[in-house]
Amino acid sequence: MTAPVTSTTGSAATGNTAAVTAAPARGWRLERRHLVSAAVVVVAALIPLVARSFVLFELTMVMIYGLAILGLNLLTGFNGQFSLGHSAFYGLGAYTAALMMHLWDVNYLWTLPAAGGVCFAVGFLFGLPALRLQNLYLALATFALATAMPQILKFHALEGITGGVQGLTVDQPDPPSFLPVDSDQWLYYLTLIVIVLMFWAASNLVRSRSGRAIMAIRDNPIAAAAMGINPSLYKTLTFGVSALYTGVAGALGAFAIQFVAPDSFTIFLSVSLLVGLVIGGVGSIPGCLFGGLFVLFVPNIANSVSTGLAGAVYGIILLLVIFLMPAGAAGFARLAVARLTRARRQ
Amino acid sequence: MDLLLTQVFAGLATGGIYACMALAVVMIYQAIDHLNFAQGEMAMFSTFIAWQLIQWGIPYWFAFLLAAAVSFVGGIVIERVLFKPLHNASILANLVGFIALFSILNSGAGYIWNYTIKTFPTPFGHTNLFGGLIDTHEAGMIGVTAALLFFLYAFFRFTRLGLAMRAAAANPESARLVGIRVGWMTALGWAMAAAVGAVAGMMIAPVVFLEPNMMLGVLLYGFAGAVLGGLTSPLGAVVGGFLVGIIENLAGTFVPYFGRELKLSLALILIVAVLMFKPSGIFGRSVVSRV
Amino acid sequence: MMLEVEGLDAWYGENRALYEISFGLDAGHIRTLLGANGAGKTTALRALCGMVRTGGDIRLDGKRISGWATEDIVRLGVAHVPEGRGTFVRLTVEENLQLGAMTRHGRAEIAADIERVYAQFPRLKERRQQQAGTLSGGEQQMLAVGRALMLRPRLLLLDEPSFGLAPLIVEELFAILRRVSEETRVAMLIVEQNAALALDLAEHAYVLETGRIVLDGPAAEIGADEGVRRSYLGY
Repeated sequence: MTAPVTSTTGSAATGNTAAVTAAPARGWRLERRHLVSAAVVVVAALIPLVARSFVLFELTMVMIYGLAILGLNLLTGFNGQFSLGHSAFYGLGAYTAALMMHLWDVNYLWTLPAAGGVCFAVGFLFGLPALRLQNLYLALATFALATAMPQILKFHALEGITGGVQGLTVDQPDPPSFLPVDSDQWLYYLTLIVIVLMFWAASNLVRSRSGRAIMAIRDNPIAAAAMGINPSLYKTLTFGVSALYTGVAGALGAFAIQFVAPDSFTIFLSVSLLVGLVIGGVGSIPGCLFGGLFVLFVPNIANSVSTGLAGAVYGIILLLVIFLMPAGAAGFARLAVARLTRARRQ
Repeated sequence: MDLLLTQVFAGLATGGIYACMALAVVMIYQAIDHLNFAQGEMAMFSTFIAWQLIQWGIPYWFAFLLAAAVSFVGGIVIERVLFKPLHNASILANLVGFIALFSILNSGAGYIWNYTIKTFPTPFGHTNLFGGLIDTHEAGMIGVTAALLFFLYAFFRFTRLGLAMRAAAANPESARLVGIRVGWMTALGWAMAAAVGAVAGMMIAPVVFLEPNMMLGVLLYGFAGAVLGGLTSPLGAVVGGFLVGIIENLAGTFVPYFGRELKLSLALILIVAVLMFKPSGIFGRSVVSRV
Repeated sequence: MMLEVEGLDAWYGENRALYEISFGLDAGHIRTLLGANGAGKTTALRALCGMVRTGGDIRLDGKRISGWATEDIVRLGVAHVPEGRGTFVRLTVEENLQLGAMTRHGRAEIAADIERVYAQFPRLKERRQQQAGTLSGGEQQMLAVGRALMLRPRLLLLDEPSFGLAPLIVEELFAILRRVSEETRVAMLIVEQNAALALDLAEHAYVLETGRIVLDGPAAEIGADEGVRRSYLGY
């Protein structure tokens, strides 16, 4: 699954410093981007034929985190709004799916759009006060949201519904009977299908007129308003869409972990997603998957370096990354390709 | 009425802690325009240092001063090594820097001193005052906060160094043009914030017990205090901290859920409400954004 | 010469703003840099103070200061009244003046110098405890000059001191500058849009165009040449 990273090079994803005007590249570049993406999807679809189920589970989680990071990236990377509160949306999506299945026995497939819808609505509403908050103030408000969320989920008056501290178990989705796959493979394919659709939608969104408006607001809100863009509307909508992406990821995560509990959705999840975003590359769509890899594997790596000091090792890895690859993996890849092509031309 | 009075006093006592944290947050915000999300962990680590010194048999007040001094130096080191290189980096890179610092301090403290909770001594004892309205440790906390605030006020108001720090924070380019070494003023701001945080940690540890995760809630309330008072005003931060302490205690008494289970939600509500309706806080000046 | 500039280049990022300009200045003298908007006058002053990336050679009393940090150059006695005046708007007038003497020692002497500035600019004295941001444009310009003098500078760089001021106030300010130059022997380099004014005060002028010095000579000669006036100075 390191393959998607290479697709960075072919994509015309706008970097965080690139101008809004970067028009979608037409012609051969566009084709190459599509070819690379298609190749990645084909390879990804073949993996379950060879991989063990634990590896499949890990790859599923990478995709899920990648999707959650994409949600955050739409907000932060493309619209310039900060959030330390995406663990709350992830948790909300997970709880929406778990509750629907638990209370009403709803088919798991329906819980995905429902989780997205609920998170969109909540994200949109949170986006309204966020309109008045800039940069650090917004980071602060969302930080408070993320810190408060587990307490809200544990709240004893709602214990009968949410399961309180214990949380709820979630059944793993059964594969359709006509497909010759087991449930781990099915979850992998389901996640793959969802993320292909949602990554495709996101890359179309950022190349569309609305996408340019979203980026224009990031780069210069006053000029954007002068061009007839309604910043409030776009900012709150982006907040909603961002929460939707992360909420769907949360619902998929609930399927994969088969369990939801308040303490899975703390500020540390938000921080991991943010770190994944910065590591993958702010404003890069394929970079999100690399961020997902980082979120899943680097804590394990840190743990294997030193169990007692895992957090410290993690912190040091973070510092190394921001000092050595300030534009994230996507920026690093872009730079590397630029160097290579220049070398070839000479 | 009695209950109200008791709660106000209890609020002042916890408010003293929040005031110290808020003060530390504001000092770094003034110096580098960033919120230090690792402020709580820095305070926690300093408190562990004090605890260790006391374990080694060093008298309380000596350990107190030594821990504050070590934190002061530590603040300079953190600024020079970590945040000076990030000076021109994006807000996100700075956020990741704070997260890394948070992680390193939290995990480091757990590794060195483990995660079991420890009691931390208070020099003031726990004798009831004013018929049980407040105990001596709480009164001591308020006194220490007041003394700290007075010291900082005098420093910034009446010394040349304090004036230079204010100038460097307000207008770095002009400050350079009068010969102020702005980079060192920033480092000094970190140092003082770290020392103030250390004092806050040592004052709160007897109340919440010492362990690596003791400060998250305190930091959130410290942020709430800083925002309420105005992020640009040290005096505001202190007043905001005390107010937040009182609000927390009153809300906890009259709306029982806020006392325990939804304590942090109250901080969330406070922060969002202040940012919505009075983003510059009570004492802060409003920030005008330019094109 | 006290200040010697040889082949000075300056860049903003990748954009070059100055092309190998050379000039000099001696103690007790006033010289001026003239030219249209964007000619590089402000950049030249900023380059002298290490506020932009430079190439070439800047010497102060023979000591090479190119590439030095701004605060270290200031500590050699170079005071700069920047574009926009650089007022510390939240601090009081008196605090602004104290900041000007930040690199000096001796409480009593500094206090005496503050009184001297007040004597030159009585209006500042009236407003000594007021926040500097509440002053009028003219008062802020006087405060900026006063702050620069508090350094007891050997070299004073002034960026458009007349900008935005009423003619009477400009006259007063320039009279004070002339007096200060005579009394303290400070060398002054003045950047001005208002060429007539600057030529009247300075004894030597340099005319900049798109980052190059295209003319230099005694102020009286440059002011008298009608062709030069029309093509470069716009009056």
